[in-house]
Amino acid sequence: MVSLLDIIGPVMVGPSSSHTAGACRLGLLARCLVGGTPERALLELHGSFARTGEGHGTDKALAGGLMGFRPDDERLREALDIIEREGLDYRFEKTTLDDEAHPNTVRITVERGDRKSVMVGSSLGAGRVLVTEIDGYPVHVTGNLHTIVLVAEDVKGSVARIATILSDANVNIATLRLSRKSRGGDAFMVFEVDEQPGDAVRDAIRGLPWVKWAFRLDKVSA
Amino acid sequence: MYRTLADAIADAEARGISLSQLALETEAADQGRPLEEIRDALRRALHVMNGAVARGLEGDLFSSSGLVGGDAAKLRTGPPGPLAGTAFRDVLARALAVQEVNAAMGVIVAAPTAGGAGVLPAVLTGLAAAKGIDEERVVDALATAGLIGAVVAERASLSGAEGGCQAETGAAAGMAAGAAVEMLGGTPSQVGHATALAQQGTLGLVCDPLGGLVELPCVFRNATGAAIALAAIEMALAGITFAIPADEVIDTMGEIGRSMDVRYRETAGGGLAATPTGRRLAKERLYDLKRKA
Repeated sequence: MVSLLDIIGPVMVGPSSSHTAGACRLGLLARCLVGGTPERALLELHGSFARTGEGHGTDKALAGGLMGFRPDDERLREALDIIEREGLDYRFEKTTLDDEAHPNTVRITVERGDRKSVMVGSSLGAGRVLVTEIDGYPVHVTGNLHTIVLVAEDVKGSVARIATILSDANVNIATLRLSRKSRGGDAFMVFEVDEQPGDAVRDAIRGLPWVKWAFRLDKVSA
Repeated sequence: MYRTLADAIADAEARGISLSQLALETEAADQGRPLEEIRDALRRALHVMNGAVARGLEGDLFSSSGLVGGDAAKLRTGPPGPLAGTAFRDVLARALAVQEVNAAMGVIVAAPTAGGAGVLPAVLTGLAAAKGIDEERVVDALATAGLIGAVVAERASLSGAEGGCQAETGAAAGMAAGAAVEMLGGTPSQVGHATALAQQGTLGLVCDPLGGLVELPCVFRNATGAAIALAAIEMALAGITFAIPADEVIDTMGEIGRSMDVRYRETAGGGLAATPTGRRLAKERLYDLKRKA
């Protein structure tokens, strides 16, 4: 459903909702994977991001997003100077991902302390984004709501167990996407929730013996 | 939100309320939020629009490539033309101003998109200033513009990459024309005719930015988009009707967009971007950018 406020908005730093605001949101999502501003990052730009990214400030927007700046933050303009001043090691490279990749796609490798993650995400237009891969696993994260994404062994009752953890923490589930490659193979779950759960919830989910991997990602839309 | 403008106009007229009131009530119900919260968000958007207009008119902003900037102020300080001192010239200045801010990585409201962000604030704030219309009525007008934009998003597209510039500055002109007609006292049905009149004038408009950047011709296309909106407003308020309903004009925009060659959809493969000068400027300026980086 189209919202009036999607049409009259977002408030953003120009010049392009896809190449600037969307890129910033992808940076914001990537920083969630390491729990804060990454110290090192490799940003591999594909397609139109690679071709027209510099003129659209895509590099600045991605770097700003990694530092936690929102799409309407005027510091985005100076983001490349800020990373230099802060001693952050962010590198940009042009790449060609596979043919099916959306034209505005970036692969972001982030490192903070002993944590390291790789995310692939695309900017779909009008500031909307989609994360399609985290650490090699296929995912579907839009950033429209707070999101918990996890990979689990395909065991019975897994969804119910996680839903219970969330409901015990008073977190309301808005949407749930469940998929698997094959029976008994890895199960991929994406929970969109109305409130961002705390560390205890994340740790409880990560502590389940059949959960291989779980992340919380913040809501990044307006 | 509504999927057809005809339904919205019929509902508003049956209930004897404005399209903006209908849009606000519908949005509040859709989102499960109080109506005043929606108005507050629109008021904040209007304040950002006002800020962008004022910032751009200072005339010292340039895009990173240097291809655009400084022109909005010329309509304030430059030599007079036949329309000097009119709202028309002021609206053009405001459209350029917002788009120059956008190209210089300033803060704007993407309404409906960043590339078409100049038209709506230029028309609404320009006409409100000329006619002494208070802020709350401009906030209402933004709700009407949002309703029209939502219909365009549902029936056609608001993306230059999907539908060419007719889906960005064209849609913006339709939104601005309809919204301004309500703001100036027109009926819901006149809003529909204004939207149709503006949008029919931008059918087929391609998206052909030099180097793929939201600069040239985008900045100027916002000014000409605003001019088309003004023409539609003047005609609709004079009682002129357009025989093809707005919904069908919007569908036509979508149909033309879908059949538009990919060269004309933001890829810089055709149109002005592919002219000898367009190619040369893109090459020189983009090369410049890389050298500076």
